[in-house]
Amino acid sequence: MKTVYLDNNATTPLAPEVIEAMFATTDLYGNASSMHTAGRAASEALERARIAVSEMINASSGSLIFTSGGSESDNAVFYTAKSLIDEGSQRNRILVSTVEHPAVIETVEALSSQGYRIDYIPVDAYGEVLPETLERLIDETVLLVSVMSANNETGTVMNIGELTRIAHRAGALMHTDAVQAIGKIPVDVHSWDVDYLSLSGHKFYGPKGVGALYIKNGVPFRTFVKGGHQEDGLRAGTYNTMSIIGMGEAARIVMERLDEDSDREWKLREKLRKGIEETIPQTHVNGHPEHCLPGTLNISFPQAEGESILLYLDFEGISVSTGSACATGSLEPSPVLLAAGLDVELAHGSIRFSIGRYTSEEDIDYVIEKLSPIIKRIREISTR
Amino acid sequence: MSTQNSPAWVYTDTVKDHFMNPKNLWTDDSYQPDGEGMVGSMACGDQMRVGITVKDDRIETLKWQTYGCASAIASTSMMSEMAIGMTLKEAYNLTPESITDHLGGLPQHKFHCSVLGDKALRAAIDNYLERQDKPNPYKASVAKIICECKGITDQRIEELVKNKEATTLDELRDITQFGTVCGKCRFKVQQLFDEYKHIYNV
Repeated sequence: MKTVYLDNNATTPLAPEVIEAMFATTDLYGNASSMHTAGRAASEALERARIAVSEMINASSGSLIFTSGGSESDNAVFYTAKSLIDEGSQRNRILVSTVEHPAVIETVEALSSQGYRIDYIPVDAYGEVLPETLERLIDETVLLVSVMSANNETGTVMNIGELTRIAHRAGALMHTDAVQAIGKIPVDVHSWDVDYLSLSGHKFYGPKGVGALYIKNGVPFRTFVKGGHQEDGLRAGTYNTMSIIGMGEAARIVMERLDEDSDREWKLREKLRKGIEETIPQTHVNGHPEHCLPGTLNISFPQAEGESILLYLDFEGISVSTGSACATGSLEPSPVLLAAGLDVELAHGSIRFSIGRYTSEEDIDYVIEKLSPIIKRIREISTR
Repeated sequence: MSTQNSPAWVYTDTVKDHFMNPKNLWTDDSYQPDGEGMVGSMACGDQMRVGITVKDDRIETLKWQTYGCASAIASTSMMSEMAIGMTLKEAYNLTPESITDHLGGLPQHKFHCSVLGDKALRAAIDNYLERQDKPNPYKASVAKIICECKGITDQRIEELVKNKEATTLDELRDITQFGTVCGKCRFKVQQLFDEYKHIYNV
């Protein structure tokens, strides 16, 4: 059966170049922290990967520490904020947007339940954090602002440069979770001027279970994973050499192909959007029409429930995701879509198509062909 | 992308069959049921409509529509096959548990998606008896006592929620005095209260 993978925001396949680079490291078994030749060989390869990942986000100075992925990177930043408050910082408020990934939302909820002051920055109808909203909420009590670079569900891209300027004017630190942005839009820590940035290897055709945290020179950091001297004591744990090298190779390809990939993905996304709008009545595109990741199309089908759409598509070999409650096991649909003010029924009937580097024109034609009879059929048996 | 052997599906093969080929769908506008009932809401993510025709006190035909997920579609399809031919009394006593058993089970967190079919069926039977001006002997017979101290049934709780007489748990307590003696029913009452609020979208 033909298979079409349109869930690249959930995770991406390994790039063939990455697989090759990772297999080439199987003899680099030395512990990269060891002084002997085997250790130094691993360490050199690992440092080359660090340079590639740093270059990808234009981090010419500052630290880039390797982590187990985006969730750990996010957790490490909030652990730092918590530690600073515990140490008696005059600033004791943390601001995060309402559409952050659970790695941020659940971490600050845990802090909130321990008595830390957390406030949420609302988004507009496109799911974007508007600079004026942050301006209104920020004051000299804010220690840290955290806003994602782009949203995983709607694809809406935030103006991190402007938000960072506002945070800095008020004297606050700025973190951005760039997990969804890397490999899709230019990510530049130098021009954005952020203090912390999280990224994850498996969202840009690298391996799973590896990521990084960028920390600007001179900003505070408190070690979250303790137990060893790796990363200058900033993050303990024996280096995951093979995965780090894979992520380095993935970063190298991103630098080479970013413009080409994002142009292609946007064309395919628009082809899919138009194809759906031409063949299916009553659809509703979610997220920002322009400030949007090139390959993300989040679209709602009234009178059709998301999990049903997802599973009927799965029978045709097509992988997508949904904001419906039924796919998560909770009774509430996607909090991200609800935060953007979307009607509950539209959230239940939302499908996210995320196009990637390996999506073809034929894939999109196939999805357009299969989707319309599925929606028609579901609507025929719907209660209205 | 390479095609690999399919890994196990989230649901059983029976669920898959009913999801792919739902039985007794109500797609024909000319269907004239003797009774019909609708429960749930689009906003809650699931809504169900059931229509029945009755002959000699038995369900002769049953047709249904749904806005819902795979579990809701499959369990209602299964329910429709089970209910046709049953006496009204048997049909009234169909439980979500017996429907999911026939489906070979549902994942734990999907069970709540399967509780609408039998409720819509009971609503259709109620509606049929009402239209016929017949007494409804079944309603009381399926009631389960939840609070033994105060003799409060699940049906009483359902009615209070459905008619918006109890919109909060506190209001329900003021009206019924549930849980005020031994207190052991409190958790169960809260669960039912939440479930009915979901089903009737209040």
